[in-house]
Amino acid sequence: MSQTYTPVERTATGKKLAGPVGWLDERLGLAGPAKKNLRKVFPEHWSFMLGEVALWSFVVLLITGVFLTLWFDPSMAETTYTGSYRPLNGVEMSVAYASSLDISFDIRGGLLLRQMHHWAAHLFIAAMFVHMLRVFFTGAYRKPRELNWLIGLGLLMLGILGGFSGYSLPDDLLSGTGLRIADGMIKSIPLIGTHVSFFLFGGEFPGDQIIGRLYMVHILLIPALLLGLIAAHMLLLVYHKHTQFPGPGRTNENVVGYPALPVYIAKAGGFFFIVFGVIASMAALFTVNAVWIYGPYNPAEVTAGSQPDWYMGFAEGALRIFPPLEWSWFGSTWAMSVFIPGLGFLGLLFVALGVWPFIERAITRDEREHHLLERPRNNPTRTGLGVAGMTWFGLLWIGGGNDVIALKFGLDLNAITWFLRVGIFVGPVIAFIVTRRICISLQRKDNEVLTHGYETGVIDRSPDGGYSERHAALPIEKQYAVTSAKERPKAIEAPELVDENGVDAPRSRRERLRHRMRRFYYFGSGAVDKPTAEDMAHAEEHLRGSNEHPIELGEDFQGVSETGVPRVH
Amino acid sequence: MTQELEKTTPAGDPIADPGLPEHQYRPQDVDPAQEKRTERQIATMFGVATLLLLGFCVAYFTIDQDALIFVNGAGTGGWSAMNFTLGLTLGGALLLIGTGIIQWAKKLMGDHEIIEMRHPARSSEEDRSAVMADINAGIEESGIGRRPLIRNSLLGALGAMGLPAIVMLRDLGPLPGDKLMHTVWKPGMRVVNDVSGQPIRPSDVEVGQLVNGQPAIFFETDDEGHAVMHGHDVLNAKAKAAVILVRMRPEDITPAEGRENWGVDGILCYSKICTHVGCPISLWEQQTHHLLCPCHQSTFDLADNGKVIFGPAYRPLPQLPLAVDEEGYLVAVSDFPEIVGPSYSFLDRDQKKLDEEMA
Ligand code: HEM
Ligand code: FES
Repeated sequence: MSQTYTPVERTATGKKLAGPVGWLDERLGLAGPAKKNLRKVFPEHWSFMLGEVALWSFVVLLITGVFLTLWFDPSMAETTYTGSYRPLNGVEMSVAYASSLDISFDIRGGLLLRQMHHWAAHLFIAAMFVHMLRVFFTGAYRKPRELNWLIGLGLLMLGILGGFSGYSLPDDLLSGTGLRIADGMIKSIPLIGTHVSFFLFGGEFPGDQIIGRLYMVHILLIPALLLGLIAAHMLLLVYHKHTQFPGPGRTNENVVGYPALPVYIAKAGGFFFIVFGVIASMAALFTVNAVWIYGPYNPAEVTAGSQPDWYMGFAEGALRIFPPLEWSWFGSTWAMSVFIPGLGFLGLLFVALGVWPFIERAITRDEREHHLLERPRNNPTRTGLGVAGMTWFGLLWIGGGNDVIALKFGLDLNAITWFLRVGIFVGPVIAFIVTRRICISLQRKDNEVLTHGYETGVIDRSPDGGYSERHAALPIEKQYAVTSAKERPKAIEAPELVDENGVDAPRSRRERLRHRMRRFYYFGSGAVDKPTAEDMAHAEEHLRGSNEHPIELGEDFQGVSETGVPRVH
Repeated sequence: MTQELEKTTPAGDPIADPGLPEHQYRPQDVDPAQEKRTERQIATMFGVATLLLLGFCVAYFTIDQDALIFVNGAGTGGWSAMNFTLGLTLGGALLLIGTGIIQWAKKLMGDHEIIEMRHPARSSEEDRSAVMADINAGIEESGIGRRPLIRNSLLGALGAMGLPAIVMLRDLGPLPGDKLMHTVWKPGMRVVNDVSGQPIRPSDVEVGQLVNGQPAIFFETDDEGHAVMHGHDVLNAKAKAAVILVRMRPEDITPAEGRENWGVDGILCYSKICTHVGCPISLWEQQTHHLLCPCHQSTFDLADNGKVIFGPAYRPLPQLPLAVDEEGYLVAVSDFPEIVGPSYSFLDRDQKKLDEEMA
């Protein structure tokens, strides 16, 4: 950071750089864009690392995946195993399964690669889920970032498909069972399902085609699409600049943080090694998908308690708890108890997530750009809906393991199923109501601390012997952070049922609907407004009074913990 | 119409922006000794990482791939020594490199926060007008609006381009035809034990017992001793033809009309393939005669014609009519009279055809 008045061309580095930079710029003309981006500012917050975890696990997937392709053979031809895993010696199996065993037992480091690949897949999808929740609950998807939200959903869907296709490749008993279930779901698609299944599997299930086809999907199609979407995701991120949490000096019009070159690049780059290292250590310490235990796929065998990877768990749960429902129309069978939970619920989840930003915008009619993140409590309706969705997802997910739960806790399987059948309707509603109330209470608490100060834990005794706890004002930075980005509740206007001329306004029905939705949306934040400037002036006066006490608390005082020790940062 | 949104500007905030907090100096900024120490620490991390990576290579060549560590007393379990060592040397090296770089960024690189102004995502009004003018000029000059004949015929041709792509997919697989209607079961085919391939006598099955069965053809060989069916043909056939034999006390069984003689001495034969989405069913409760599918817990009552009594499956479990051949072994009387396996989009039509064939 040396401040120098020598033109950069005459500094030592400048002299060395001039050549290459000039050579490249004369051919690519990149100095323009590079000027804008090399020192681009990235704000910091721990939750901004979730997306990075996803990104870096994807890179690890690419690296380990390329290594795996060197030895994996996606053929379904029959072979007799002769490798060094003795329990399966002489067993008939597909070449794909045999090559997975070879990778695990006869290629040095192969087991490590397989386990790193699988752990990275878990981490990739988990990080995407949590990253999405972060974006949702802080309102980061609002204008101008709606398209990036949609791209993110595409990434999540492709990630899940990538995981499923990879899980199917080793052709072991579990992966075959997963395919069998997928085949049943495909066959349930009304009218065309059977044909789709025959085309996908190249004939009857399981056939001898599916692994080869999934292999192409897994190592070419999905990674290519993912790469393209990730590039678009990152470009938009750079173009919009990252959102930031409100705080002193941080406004909707600026972004505060460290420059990409060198600090952010170093931190993010270093973080890649951390993610990679964690994945490698997990692969060293924890077995994942021990395909040798399950044996080759056999459509007449299944292991009890067979479970798909966790990210398919919610669809599995939906399949389990859906009641039998099937009908026929003119010779065609509509297997709704498979189709609706198997494919419908997944569709519902992604459609609901995809349309939400647009529904919210239709309600608020908010045309502004939003670059300051909202605290979840400050938007009780959104937060409530998010928690309701998580509850729905979580209950279905529990359904995916209902047999394991029944066994572990000695519960009745039928009772769990019935509980969940009701629960997926009632649970989200309760979760919504409770969450919204909690958010509103937290807002009230914020206001109280702002206007009455926080409890210091210091007890004062007055001359006449009364005891009271001393309150102190929050540091001004915190006060600002809490109040600055909080939206004031919007006036809920009455719907205009007639226009100026007394004629029924043609859009009145829509307006009324919108009005109702606004009421629903703003009820939460409408209930609690942030303190006004006058309130705060008042509070300051009041709390200043308490600071003029004979015993000063001091500048750095942060309150006292329950054990009586002064708190420090 | 509705009043516009109240625009909240920072001016409406109760607290004025106190501005960025003052820059705090780090120990490394003010104390050259501390700076040197941090530098050495970071370099050490990189150095150890290099050693670990070398260790990885040594382990690769020296450790026996079958060697186990942490084997428990019973001589079972244990971790692959190679996986453990390779993973931890690699993981350790990566973690050290990562930590070192981040420490460098945090403790030694410049740490002045920078403020950058944002600009609205939209372009300027002029740019927008210019783009619209360009598009308009393009539309005008091409005459795409004035020449619907060209436009529509081109659109038609482009649309038709999708046809080859779709038609090409036709050979992905054969049409379903009647393949899902039939299994390899034939009148008189023996039910054999699914592991040993041995035919089964009624006396081999005890009351309460469940035996996994297969059609005998999977184990048959031709004159030269080659299996009649092999490879994925067996898997395809198994995916429909696998059965279970159960023996119950005859008085417990309530056969539906027309099924009275489908069993032999209380031995009934059902499809092993769940009618939900096709998992092989395996969990048998002798007392209740219930058969539970491990995948989604559909439960079928085998004493009551395979009726679904719980879970997501809709159709009852298909039953295979049994008889005894002249040597006293259990055989199928016919193929399954009902379609086995998961429901599919035109199962109903197939079932009608099957009923006609059987009749
Ligand atoms: C999109 C991100 C990806 C995900 C979520 C993913 C996930 C998976 C999973 C869960 C498996 C099963 C591993 C096991 O337990 O054996 C797998 C296997 C495999 N993947 Fe990936 N993968 C991804 C990308 C890739 C890429 C980019 C490649 C190669 C270019 C690749 C190559 C392979 C191979 C060859 C196997 C079979 C290895 C074996 O079973 O032994 N994957 N993948
Ligand atoms: S496959 Fe048997 S219950 Fe779903």
